[in-house]
Amino acid sequence: MATGSEAHATTASEYIVHHLAQMNTSGHPQAKIVDFSILNLDTIFFSIVIGVLALLFMRRIAKNVTSGVPGRTQAALEIILEMVNNQAKGIVHSAESRKFVAPLALTVFIWIFLMNSMDFLPVDLLPRLWAAAAGDPHAYLRVVATADLNGTLGMSIGVLLVCIYYNVKIKGLGGWVHELFTAPFGSHPLLYPVNFLMQIIEFLAKTISHGMRLFGNMYAGELLFMLIALMGAAWGGPSMVTGGLLWIGHIIAGLGWAIFHILIVTLQAFIFMMLTLVYVGQAHESH
Amino acid sequence: MNLNATLFAQIVVFFLLAWFTMKFVWPPIVRALDERAKRIADGLEAAERGKADLDRAMRHATESMREGKEKAADVLAQAEKRGLQIIEEAKAQAKVEADKVLAGSRAEIDQEAARAREELRGRVAELAIAGAEKILRREIDLKAHTEMLSLIAREL
Repeated sequence: MATGSEAHATTASEYIVHHLAQMNTSGHPQAKIVDFSILNLDTIFFSIVIGVLALLFMRRIAKNVTSGVPGRTQAALEIILEMVNNQAKGIVHSAESRKFVAPLALTVFIWIFLMNSMDFLPVDLLPRLWAAAAGDPHAYLRVVATADLNGTLGMSIGVLLVCIYYNVKIKGLGGWVHELFTAPFGSHPLLYPVNFLMQIIEFLAKTISHGMRLFGNMYAGELLFMLIALMGAAWGGPSMVTGGLLWIGHIIAGLGWAIFHILIVTLQAFIFMMLTLVYVGQAHESH
Repeated sequence: MNLNATLFAQIVVFFLLAWFTMKFVWPPIVRALDERAKRIADGLEAAERGKADLDRAMRHATESMREGKEKAADVLAQAEKRGLQIIEEAKAQAKVEADKVLAGSRAEIDQEAARAREELRGRVAELAIAGAEKILRREIDLKAHTEMLSLIAREL
């Protein structure tokens, strides 16, 4: 990963800024914070490809599933599925809802785990290949779909929609609206606006923190991999000694961070799944 | 960290993937797991039943063995008794047989002795006559003296 030593000598900040730019429909990095005319093609591509591959893989196992002695792949999927199912049983008490919520939690766990795992590829591998394939050395590409706020907020808003659906389904539209105005402080006309405000804040906080937590972890992880890559890029620089030391630093830090990142990748996928279950479970409970 | 329309695309993808899992991945695996759980439960129950059966069979076998032993002892005792009986019978029969043989032999010996005596008697008469003939050559009336001699011989 001799990243910085391009012919025209990219600076460290240029390298990182370039790496953090999405390949989007506008062709250049997005200028405004919010601009709904733009699509991040890389995020969409990687999340769909990873999701579809994972599902097809699981579908193949499910098709050949046996209730006798399971093969290793089947056993592996069974372990994850049982884990998710047990969590779902403990949190969402309606068996009817679990028919959708438990598979949803499994999908979320597997999908996020795999999208996060794209971090284990060398940070420059796919962007470089893409730049070569596109014939443009400045082509942008980000491979970790969960390090894009759109990706994670998209999923957490999906969870919010599921929560709203179950709120209405379990409590009835009237019951839910009633709850919005009377909980958590009680049923008094003076308290209605306060209650409603609290409820809205609660929903916003849940959803935004849900998406932001995953995004923040993966974004930070990716950024650290880039900084580590910059250490290795010091090889062949003006000073042989510092270059060499930094290169060794890259190996040690890269190894350490990658190993630690395995934990983060799994943990964040698990946390996102658990919170999905918890939020949906809350939608089933009346205040 | 900019927001754009990717957000909505991701929401759609999120639901499509979840739908696919719910429809095509989750149910077969859960069904297989439930089925396996049932099979294991059945197997455990069958093992329990097998154990009970084995216990019963063991008890039955012990009972049969005891009965068999008893029967064998009975048979043995009976056989012994019968053996003794047969020996006794044989002994008795042999004694009878021996007595019979003995009696036969004795009769035969008597008969033989009688015949020898008879023969001897005949010869004695002849001898006596021949002797008397020689001694008395002339003065003997053969007829009258033969009669007398045969009287003597009869008294022998």
